Amino acid sequence: MSMTITDTTSTGMTTIDTLRFATAGSVDDGKSTLVGRLLHDSKSVLADQLEAVERASASRGQDAPDLALLTDGLRAEREQGITIDVAYRYFATPRRRFILADTPGHVQYTRNMVTGASTAELAIILVDARNGVVEQTLRHAAVAALLRVPHVVLAVNKMDLVGYEEKEFIRIVEDFGRHAEELGLPGFTPIPVSALVGDNVVDRSAHMDWYDGPALLQYLETVPVGVEAADAPARFPVQYVIRHGDERYYAGQLVSGALRVGDRVTVHPSGETSEIVGIDVLGEAAEVAFAPQSITVRLSDQRDVSRGDMITAGPCPPTLTRDVRAAVCHLAERPLRVGDRVLVRHTTRTVKAIVKELGGVESLAANDLGRVVLRTAEPLALDDYAEVRRTGAFILVDPADGATLTAGMVELV
Amino acid sequence: MTVHTLSHLDALESEAVHIFREVAGEFERPVILFSGGKDSIVMLHLALKAFAPAAIPFSLLHVDTGHNFPEVLEYRDRTVAEHGLRLHVASVQDYIDRGVLRERPDGTRNPLQTVPLTEKIQSEKFDAVFGGGRRDEEKARAKERVFSLRDEFSQWDPRRQRPELWQLYNGRHAPGEHVRVFPLSNWTELDVWQYIAREGIELPEIYFAHHREVFMRGGMWLTAGEWGGPRENETVEKRQVRYRTVGDMSCTGAVDSDAVTLDQVIAEIAASRLTERGATRADDKLSEAAMEDRKREGYF
Repeated sequence: MSMTITDTTSTGMTTIDTLRFATAGSVDDGKSTLVGRLLHDSKSVLADQLEAVERASASRGQDAPDLALLTDGLRAEREQGITIDVAYRYFATPRRRFILADTPGHVQYTRNMVTGASTAELAIILVDARNGVVEQTLRHAAVAALLRVPHVVLAVNKMDLVGYEEKEFIRIVEDFGRHAEELGLPGFTPIPVSALVGDNVVDRSAHMDWYDGPALLQYLETVPVGVEAADAPARFPVQYVIRHGDERYYAGQLVSGALRVGDRVTVHPSGETSEIVGIDVLGEAAEVAFAPQSITVRLSDQRDVSRGDMITAGPCPPTLTRDVRAAVCHLAERPLRVGDRVLVRHTTRTVKAIVKELGGVESLAANDLGRVVLRTAEPLALDDYAEVRRTGAFILVDPADGATLTAGMVELV
Repeated sequence: MTVHTLSHLDALESEAVHIFREVAGEFERPVILFSGGKDSIVMLHLALKAFAPAAIPFSLLHVDTGHNFPEVLEYRDRTVAEHGLRLHVASVQDYIDRGVLRERPDGTRNPLQTVPLTEKIQSEKFDAVFGGGRRDEEKARAKERVFSLRDEFSQWDPRRQRPELWQLYNGRHAPGEHVRVFPLSNWTELDVWQYIAREGIELPEIYFAHHREVFMRGGMWLTAGEWGGPRENETVEKRQVRYRTVGDMSCTGAVDSDAVTLDQVIAEIAASRLTERGATRADDKLSEAAMEDRKREGYF
């Protein structure tokens, strides 16, 4: 059964849901053109934006508007013709609203893709049909697998430059498929496209009658989104305690599962138990709340509950531990070394920790993928990242200057 | 298996409330930038919901250019009184009167806001400053984090931004530094209007079509006033207009409109072929990187 909590505004508009997705591509595989094409052909580019792109393209001596300029927003990016940082784009069709994290293929690509993929429900991995699967493609697939992005699209671009040949497409899909299995990618959807010409981006291509799947946008509009709330474990990290009169309202975002009035709950790390006597969803009393709603919860008895605690319910409690094992992507320029003292930011809790092991190496450099074992000063209530993304994810922070060092995904043993 | 999906407005609302509560949990002295414009009004509405039934644990800060729409100032003061809030004002006029800032030849005071804003943040020791900026507004803003670290000069360095993963916002900062926080990062102009309609939020009247004496400058309809318009060769005429954004009177243009209700405004925006800033902000047309340059210097 699928249920959508809908609301209707005074315009009578029925509400649509949102797909967050990320794009990843290698140098010159046409990613910016694909994104520009998606925005342009879905009529998400407005007249003044297009005019600015046309002006800028002309001043650079280009004949046609360079759609990549739609997404390259910083001065340095336009000057150097490269994308430096993740850019977020917004567009909508009558069926769905989209938030696109456009991640660059050049500099710092792993770190940027990890950032974009961390909140994405779908990743588009782009390959150039002439070059097929290259090292960066595998890197992107590894990141998508590591970050557990639920859906992956393999967009085989520049099909016009290989004569729209089915056998070229199949060769690449089979090659990628072999690697995907090794990397632990659960599945992927291959689509042959030409971003430059517009084949299979928004409209079905007339050049590839051998392909009977959806165009890219059509797939983005119909891929299922949302969380399986009823089956997922209930996880409620407390962000803030609202005191009003004698009442204490525990405020936070339900990051997994559902909570009901009357549920027996456990507060971590203390392990104390209590019962939910009231739930408010932003001003309205509710009997039940689902992830990812922001709510307040009242408990049957006054407990010492504060920011950083986690309220959970149901048969699968989180693992309370001071020994954290995780897959990591190192993000900062300064290396991460065995013996480093760091801060772990997990849900709303920040604790001190020491890096005990780094999967057999002494240090990790920027953009390295690896494994870490941490010993924390206080216990954390962890889930396996593969089970619950929000309570299996953490970042490491440099206690000296507050820099974000490393992204971690918990692997319970 | 039951799949629950929040509507896009519920998802945006939940995300923004989460951001407000993170700041309340992590910072000592947060403040909300409040101009009386629709984005800051929506921010205040979300903050009120985030901490209900208690009062919001933040004060408000208005950077007053001195070129205000009277309707907006009236709205600001009424709102502050209604919710029992504390309002700080950083006045551009004060800086001009003291000779610290100089009036620009084109009369616009938008870029002059940065110094009073920064000094107020320093003198009041605000450590988190909520802004209503949205990533859909402008190309440089598309690269902005939800938590954006600023040094003691409020400067933004786009190449030294912290990676921001999952919903783990890193607000650590040294004394003297602060964090700009953008709870509406993922909202579009249309989302803001649909949310205003759904929640029944009251706005200053200038957002709706009305008759006003305006003159044309730089392709925009500007309101005549003490700030320095019209000049000799510019003629005033009465037109039916509304404002899509509210800012400094000298550089915020009105658009021709007959949208007098929220539903009509929403229909008009959905059909518009111009972006909000493209239609209404003279200062963003100065160069390709006008917003980036202002942001680097500490602008909103």
